[in-house]
Amino acid sequence: MNKLQVELPGLSLKNPIMPASGCFGFGKEYSQFYDLSELGAIMIKATTVEPRFGNPTPRVAETEAGMLNAIGLQNPGLEKVMAEELPWLSQYNVPIIANVAGSKEEDYIEVAREISKAPNVHALELNISCPNVKTGGIAFGTIPDVAKSLTRKVKEVSEVPVYVKLSPNVTNIIDIAKAVEEGGADGLTMINTLLGMKLDLKTAKPILANRTGGLSGPAIKPVAIRMIHDVSQHVSIPIIGMGGIQSAEDVIEFFYAGASAVAVGTANFVDPYICPTIIKELPDLLSKLGYDHISECTGRSWGKHEKLAYYRA
Amino acid sequence: MIKKEVCRVVSQQEIAESIYELTLQGDLTSEMGDPGQFVHLKVADGIDPLLRRPISISSINKEKHQFTMIYRKEGRGTSLLSDKKSGEDVDVLGPLGNGFPVGKAIEGDTALLVGGGIGVPPLYELSRQLVEKGVNVVHILGFQTKDVVFYDKEFSELGDTFVATVDGTYGYKGFVTDVISSYGIDFDILYSCGPTPMLKALEKSFPDKKVYLSLEERMGCGIGACFACVCHTGDDPNGYSYKKVCTDGPVFAAGEVVL
Repeated sequence: MNKLQVELPGLSLKNPIMPASGCFGFGKEYSQFYDLSELGAIMIKATTVEPRFGNPTPRVAETEAGMLNAIGLQNPGLEKVMAEELPWLSQYNVPIIANVAGSKEEDYIEVAREISKAPNVHALELNISCPNVKTGGIAFGTIPDVAKSLTRKVKEVSEVPVYVKLSPNVTNIIDIAKAVEEGGADGLTMINTLLGMKLDLKTAKPILANRTGGLSGPAIKPVAIRMIHDVSQHVSIPIIGMGGIQSAEDVIEFFYAGASAVAVGTANFVDPYICPTIIKELPDLLSKLGYDHISECTGRSWGKHEKLAYYRA
Repeated sequence: MIKKEVCRVVSQQEIAESIYELTLQGDLTSEMGDPGQFVHLKVADGIDPLLRRPISISSINKEKHQFTMIYRKEGRGTSLLSDKKSGEDVDVLGPLGNGFPVGKAIEGDTALLVGGGIGVPPLYELSRQLVEKGVNVVHILGFQTKDVVFYDKEFSELGDTFVATVDGTYGYKGFVTDVISSYGIDFDILYSCGPTPMLKALEKSFPDKKVYLSLEERMGCGIGACFACVCHTGDDPNGYSYKKVCTDGPVFAAGEVVL
């Protein structure tokens, strides 16, 4: 029996492990290390209508048990992603979750409409939480009504289910989550990075050229766990959890909080084999903990599993 | 091919103030090609520090499956690395990047190798490979001060070597660019690695020569997936064309990218 198989809106996953958007490019680099078909899904780098260069460097800085990034949504633009990146990925038996980003509503709608037509795109991840761009991104993700409206408009044009990526840089993430659920979101992905800064001891100035960046890595896991624990008790749609996952144990913790699948981001930089390693280790860990199937773990921290047995494939 | 391998420390010693020479043993040595590639090191198990450190390869010994790096002990990662002793392990990802094109120099050419501070190490393997194919090498090595000078003897064994220190405590007083202009050194091809102002000065001084520069940039993944280390291309300096220092570089022809 495949203890890891899960069914989510749009996503028939052989396992609930996928690389997080921004941490895996469009798959080419990590394909050197293992067969991408081993993954449950791939969350590709954000796509915008036009190509973007992104922010000036330095774009990354290490912090305690984490790192800051201010890449700035660099990507080749919708046309190239449709013409080259997505077709290249179709050689692998793995569903693609396309991260959709933009500065204006029309941009999000245009990307969503087109990219959802690609045969290997099984879901969209609506990026309303990137903290590293001046307009768009997080601006859409901090006000519930704005988030709801954008979700609704993207849902209208998308041919595949829409998951909305939530920012932790808000006063009450439950409000945003409920708003996007009302807007028609099929699921949520959370959390995006936490806004942070690091200063240089010699110059007194920020290390990042963008001054601020998004904090990721193990340091943010407690924040992600708390937020998923809260949000999952207030929405009925599934959650793909992320934020500092480095091990099979971390995956189970995210499921207990309320996740039905997870994404691994920063950990790929440390160990390029981390995703297949976690996939291999999960079945034994589940046995050791007494579970027949990973879906039994969803929401166990507050009793959700009794209601959500239907996510088990 | 890029490999991930736990390599064994053969030897480590401090060769100048805070400058360490570390030799590792590993099968991935057989994957190494042009000098100027780098490896991405996990200096300790666990999450402190979290990320790998990109360190240039300074010499390669394929027969023994060993390679050497010279680095400066500065922050948390390099401090932990400098504590490693013979027999201990280092998790290595590499070799990464494209090195100096040895093939662009032909037998009988004079190659000028210009290094600044901790940019000097990759020039050592470059020099050895150039000498092996009959290229004359001239080295100009610039350091801050006498205490941080290293490998002047090793470079001297391969070719004429000029050492400059900013404060004049060893060798010539001044910058490497002062040495080149003072001594009117003639050359067919120039390879360089060091601080960006030095690379910019060299790029500007020799617009008609074959010049190859090794860049550095803060990195995340080291393999081209995260877009941390990009630079604009020379022919599209304000547009969205880019090159990645980790995979397209770290070595670029002068003018190929914006420094």
